[in-house]
Amino acid sequence: MAGIVTKKAGSGGDLRPPHISEPKIVKWILIAISIIFLCSIVLLPLIIVLFESLKNGIGLYLESIVEPDAMSALLLTITVAVITVPLNSFFGICAAWAITKFQFRGKNFLISLIDVPFAVSPVISGLIFILLLGTNSALGAWFESYNIQIIFALPGIVLATMFVTFPFIARELIPLMQAQGIQEEEAAASLGASGWKIFWRVTFPNIKWGLLYGMILCNARAIGEFGAVSVVSGHIRGETNTLPLHVEILYNEYQFTAAFAVSSLLVFIALLTIIVKSFIEWKTHQQQSQMQEVDHHG
Amino acid sequence: MFFFGKRNVLPGFRRTFGFTVLYLSLIVLIPLSGVVWNTLGMSWLDFWETVTSDRVIASFKVSFLCALVAAFLNLVFGFIVAWALERYSFWGKRFFDNLIDLPFALPTAVAGIALTALYAPNGWIGRFFEPFDIQIAYTQIGITIALMFIGLPFVVRTVQPIIQELDKEVEEAAVILGASRLRTFFRVIFPQLIPALLTGFALAFARGVGEYGSVVFISGNMPFKTEIAPLLIMTKLEQYDYAGATAIALVMLIISFAILLLINIIQAKSNKTSL
Amino acid sequence: MANSYIEVKNINKKFGSFSAVNDVSFTIEKGKLIGLLGPSGGGKTTILRILAGLEYADSGDIYFDGQRVNEVLPQDRGIGFVFQNYALFRHMTVFQNIAFGLEVKKWPKQKVKDRVFELIELTGLSGLENRLPHQLSGGQRQRVAFARALAPQPSLLLLDEPFAAIDAKVRKELRSWLAETIAKIGITSIFVTHDQDEAVEVANEILIINQGKLEQMGSPIEIYKNPHTPFVASFIGQSTIIENFHELKGFDHEIGSTRAVVRPEFMDLGKPGEINFASAAQKAVVKNVFFRGSNWEIEVQVGNHIFYAFRSLEKEQLRVGDEVLLLIHRMYAFNDNQTVIIENRLKEDPMPVII
Repeated sequence: MAGIVTKKAGSGGDLRPPHISEPKIVKWILIAISIIFLCSIVLLPLIIVLFESLKNGIGLYLESIVEPDAMSALLLTITVAVITVPLNSFFGICAAWAITKFQFRGKNFLISLIDVPFAVSPVISGLIFILLLGTNSALGAWFESYNIQIIFALPGIVLATMFVTFPFIARELIPLMQAQGIQEEEAAASLGASGWKIFWRVTFPNIKWGLLYGMILCNARAIGEFGAVSVVSGHIRGETNTLPLHVEILYNEYQFTAAFAVSSLLVFIALLTIIVKSFIEWKTHQQQSQMQEVDHHG
Repeated sequence: MFFFGKRNVLPGFRRTFGFTVLYLSLIVLIPLSGVVWNTLGMSWLDFWETVTSDRVIASFKVSFLCALVAAFLNLVFGFIVAWALERYSFWGKRFFDNLIDLPFALPTAVAGIALTALYAPNGWIGRFFEPFDIQIAYTQIGITIALMFIGLPFVVRTVQPIIQELDKEVEEAAVILGASRLRTFFRVIFPQLIPALLTGFALAFARGVGEYGSVVFISGNMPFKTEIAPLLIMTKLEQYDYAGATAIALVMLIISFAILLLINIIQAKSNKTSL
Repeated sequence: MANSYIEVKNINKKFGSFSAVNDVSFTIEKGKLIGLLGPSGGGKTTILRILAGLEYADSGDIYFDGQRVNEVLPQDRGIGFVFQNYALFRHMTVFQNIAFGLEVKKWPKQKVKDRVFELIELTGLSGLENRLPHQLSGGQRQRVAFARALAPQPSLLLLDEPFAAIDAKVRKELRSWLAETIAKIGITSIFVTHDQDEAVEVANEILIINQGKLEQMGSPIEIYKNPHTPFVASFIGQSTIIENFHELKGFDHEIGSTRAVVRPEFMDLGKPGEINFASAAQKAVVKNVFFRGSNWEIEVQVGNHIFYAFRSLEKEQLRVGDEVLLLIHRMYAFNDNQTVIIENRLKEDPMPVII
């Protein structure tokens, strides 16, 4: 009953009846503050990237993008994301399965440990891999004796990116699978389904959107990570430069148009991320309301 | 009677748990412990002298002060934004709602150069402040603005669901008992939002203290004035002063974990009073 | 009516195209405890919220004590409201919750304290005044909500499904307590419920609301004995609807319609020999037997009609498949949205054939 009332009231201009809403003037002031604030902090930076990159004509813009160093940076960035996202996804699914489907002591502690990279400064995230695998360390020296370079090379960049994006997918899946409980899986198990079958036929369909959501966020961060990668990359042009690092180099060399042009690529990826994210949110919201309807009729 | 809820018919616990712990150890725990391990190699005196040198202290001051101010401003404006998005309908609302996520999705370096271009003395916004002799980019104000960009979604996305879940009837109860809108807000609504606001504040602050990419472009990186702690770590690394970099990192890690702990305590407390 | 305290005239309320309240009018006397009863989604809560000023009627008038209150703000109507989920202020103690309305009205501190403790005593919450809502049981929370609503001495108390969120065990006890307490204070009260037992047990008068319309108003026994509409007849009590009562023995009444409702208490069921007016009874077959604690509920089939009747535990136990006699004493027949009570004619036969 109350549900119908609020929904119907929401379809009008005012979301709430006047007795539990602010006076019109207060409302418009708050909306105005919100819009001005969001424009000056978030929207204008977005626009200025596009503006600056196209300021000197589309020719220079395209030239800056297809230039070999930029292309190799793009390739490296994609390589890093392609390695990082699947590994972290696999980890996220394993961690969520172990944590949400079973009872064990220290569960909350384990969840907190998974969160740790969120609290670590990106620069420190890079630093720890230099300490562990740099030429000064025992492990780094050992790898070097086999001529395997980790720091200032692809493996170091991947490791630092994996660290920074480590919690994203697990953090998305754990609450989702917690809310879903284990009854469906238990039912499947009691019908004799094997572990893989339970996962693919019962669990996966329930978590696929949440998984995709986590992967999208993980991907965005993997592509965009700057501080950690900056520490371990060594900034070798055409070799260990990711797109964000390439932006920095161009900017520091006062090649502003090129810097903004490469940035605009990253802006498009960011916008795409937001669109997909928004779509997934809409999709899951729709599924939820459908489920609720089924509950009501049942 | 024989099963105490601990037994489970589902398979795969050993394998998934084992892999989780292994991967966690390899990617996170072992590398992180390197910081502690390397600091242990330093003498206490060296460590103390490094982290209390004037330049390091100044960089901590800049980092913490700017992060604190940015988190506070985000608390105020982020709350207003979250409230407007949840409670009012206005033109472009969905667009602005999605825009909140941009700082999560946009690479920090891009945000850094874009904000610099915007707030530089000849930039679109910076030029309005130029006549008043207010410089934004290359000062602590600029750093604060970059940290506001980075921290905004933490506040908004933490508070928004709580505003959405507020029980309409609680507000109606206050109205029927004769409370004005202002009183209802401060006595009834606001206390319910405090845990979420504190959490959002702490998250934004923690992120701000460690932020690097968006800040280095706008800060100007003047030692003692606009040099942030993460940048100092970077500088020390470039000078191959690993010990110095590690010492600063350890101090920052300890502070970050203290904030993380605080957030967990706030959350646990607020969960307890929920009905 | 001289005594009328609340007068509602022709109120209507639509949400979009959905008509939540449809031309409802009624009057309520001072000091009465009124139940708004009906199925979920039927508009009861909307009526209550319109009385409180939390929703506005699209048309129609509401008078409190002769004063038109349509435009009066909720806080100025002199009402107390108990919400379905209590809507307690979760960060305030029991004391602070109850005191809230008094502090808003700027009562002096000592007076607030006295009044709050008076209510804490009345509601049996002594010793709990410093607890937070999450430290209370469901029944205790309900009492706090009740005390909070009563604190500013409203002249009308509105309660929205006051017992819905309480588990069955405590519910009975709490509702008789609430009825007694309201009677003791003498405050005019209206409560919404979808549970007819609750309405019948607690209310002095019941308003039956269905699909936004007021179907009938009256005391519980009146409504039970003389339902005015088919909906009321089928909603109140346990009943079976019969599409064509001419098919049943003793019911050849011509009233312009053949639909009727039969209640278990209108029927006798037994083996041949147990029934007095055997000639007026129909042959029936036992389809199901349910144990209902204090009696048996028997499902029987007559032709293609299914009936439910009660049978004493003292009598011989019936089994599925048994042939029995079913004597229907009377039914509520519907005639153009009116109900007529029709009696079994064969029972009245001056010369019954006794077999």
